[in-house]
Amino acid sequence: MDTTSNQPAKYFISKGIDEFFIGIYDISRFIGQFFKEAATPPFEYQEVVKQCYKVGYKSLSLITLTAFITGIVFTDHSRPALADFGATSWLPSMIGIAIIKALAPLITALICAGKVGSQLGAELGSMKVTEQIDAMEVSAIDPYKYLVVTRVLATTFMVPILTLYSAFIGLLGSFLDVHGKDQTSLTVFIHDAFFKIGYAEITSTLVRSILFGFTIGIIGCYKGFTTTEGTEGVGKAANSSVVIIMFLVFIEEMVIVKFFNPLYMQ
Amino acid sequence: MNNIKETHNHGKEVVISIKGLYKSFDDNHVLQGIDFDLHKGENVIVLGRSGSGKSVLIKIIAGLMKPDKGIVKVLGKDVHKLNKKELIELRLKIGFLFQHSALYDSMTVRENLEFPMRRNIRDISEDKIDEAVKDVLDAVGLAETSDQMPSELSGGQQKRIGIARMLIMKPEVILYDEPTAGLDPLTSYEINDLINEVQKRYKTSSVIITHDLTCAKKTGDRLLMLIDGKFLRQGDFDEVFDTDDERVKGFYDYNFIE
Ligand SMILES: Nc1ncnc2c1ncn2[C@@H]1O[C@H](COP(=O)(O)OP(=O)(O)OP(=O)(O)O)[C@@H](O)[C@H]1O
Ligand SMILES: [Mg+2]
Repeated sequence: MDTTSNQPAKYFISKGIDEFFIGIYDISRFIGQFFKEAATPPFEYQEVVKQCYKVGYKSLSLITLTAFITGIVFTDHSRPALADFGATSWLPSMIGIAIIKALAPLITALICAGKVGSQLGAELGSMKVTEQIDAMEVSAIDPYKYLVVTRVLATTFMVPILTLYSAFIGLLGSFLDVHGKDQTSLTVFIHDAFFKIGYAEITSTLVRSILFGFTIGIIGCYKGFTTTEGTEGVGKAANSSVVIIMFLVFIEEMVIVKFFNPLYMQ
Repeated sequence: MNNIKETHNHGKEVVISIKGLYKSFDDNHVLQGIDFDLHKGENVIVLGRSGSGKSVLIKIIAGLMKPDKGIVKVLGKDVHKLNKKELIELRLKIGFLFQHSALYDSMTVRENLEFPMRRNIRDISEDKIDEAVKDVLDAVGLAETSDQMPSELSGGQQKRIGIARMLIMKPEVILYDEPTAGLDPLTSYEINDLINEVQKRYKTSSVIITHDLTCAKKTGDRLLMLIDGKFLRQGDFDEVFDTDDERVKGFYDYNFIE
């Protein structure tokens, strides 16, 4: 019986860097498992619907408020710049581009990161440290399938819908502002706002928000599932979920806008 | 001190068999060569200090943790060599009572109990579920709590619901992690009786982890003492404590105030 020859753990490069790459490897496996489990029955339809409802219900009021205010404020701030060129009639068109292409997906993703991502980290984290996840496992229930797959599907499905909704509310706020100041009619506003928006733009927005939704779900669940250190760990899981999701959302936004959009948009 | 239950294990079927089990966490060598058999219909007690690795041991038995070395067979199946489907089948026959109950805190008591049934038995009828829920709630004497949330229950009630949730799938082997820890003496008595009744009524075989010697004496057919990662002493209650080893005597003295 040889138990004393265990050397202290050695690191390949350094502790921090090793852990970073191990983390990346772990997350990749976690994501791989998602696609495997999501594709194999039994499917938890009921639970997915319940989670979708929770995602929508949790973030709806904040998204409504934020999108509406952003619409008004953004329109207000842009007006002087266009007025200098006597081009205030271009305002709806510019706002349409800004909201549909950039603001709606980002605002929605960031709000869902804060509201939903942190909640997932905390919820699954506390289930982890109180051994509820182990309890599922010993009851012959696959906790990954029941908890993770359902929640990730819900965020992936709901964030794009919420994005469209927030674009609508943002444009509504903008219309009220434009209508109040320039007496632009609704038909003109709609016509102008969608002047530069085609299928490609809508697709790009939807693709990004699907990706954001997936990121929110998978990172929140991963952080929850890998929680250690008791109740303190639960707080950390919630917090780091939000930080990592926000970071990834901006990276994904940049990568898609800079590298993928040019491929099919002139 | 002679009311320890009779043991007759000779020739009985082995339901859990562990050979040469080792488990370390970095430099923390928790289990260092565990060998043991649990026979059909038997209640085995595992005693040991806090941190000696009792919970780790039963988590390995249930397949929640992987051992570094050694073979763990439950009902003839090598737990750590099974594929996913086989493991699910085996787990349906294992009941696990967690040290801190681990009730699902977003569900009511009734939903907690229904959960393993609904998930594991396809197309089960509502009548069957109702009947089973009523059955186990009666068995643990908490029929009136079925619509409460776990957070509204006392620690002892949570333990009992934990036992009920485990019983609902009619396991053949039960792993109890400190069933009486943190409970008052009277509630502990009730839990002990419940464990014995489960053994008789459902013909189960159990591993019971405890610090509580009254529980050990009342419910155990055989005792194992986990010290320094091994079962240093085993036998019936009197055999185990008939020693000058301070680490063993300390347990006894504390529990019986001598
Ligand atoms: N997941 C884990 N990672 C690292 N170390 C662990 C882990 N689980 C348990 N340990 C360590 O293993 C040792 C045994 O833990 P275990 O929970 O089995 O003790 P125990 O005998 O059940 O104690 P108690 O009576 O307090 O419940 C402890 O030193 C603990 O720190
Ligand atoms: Mg323990």
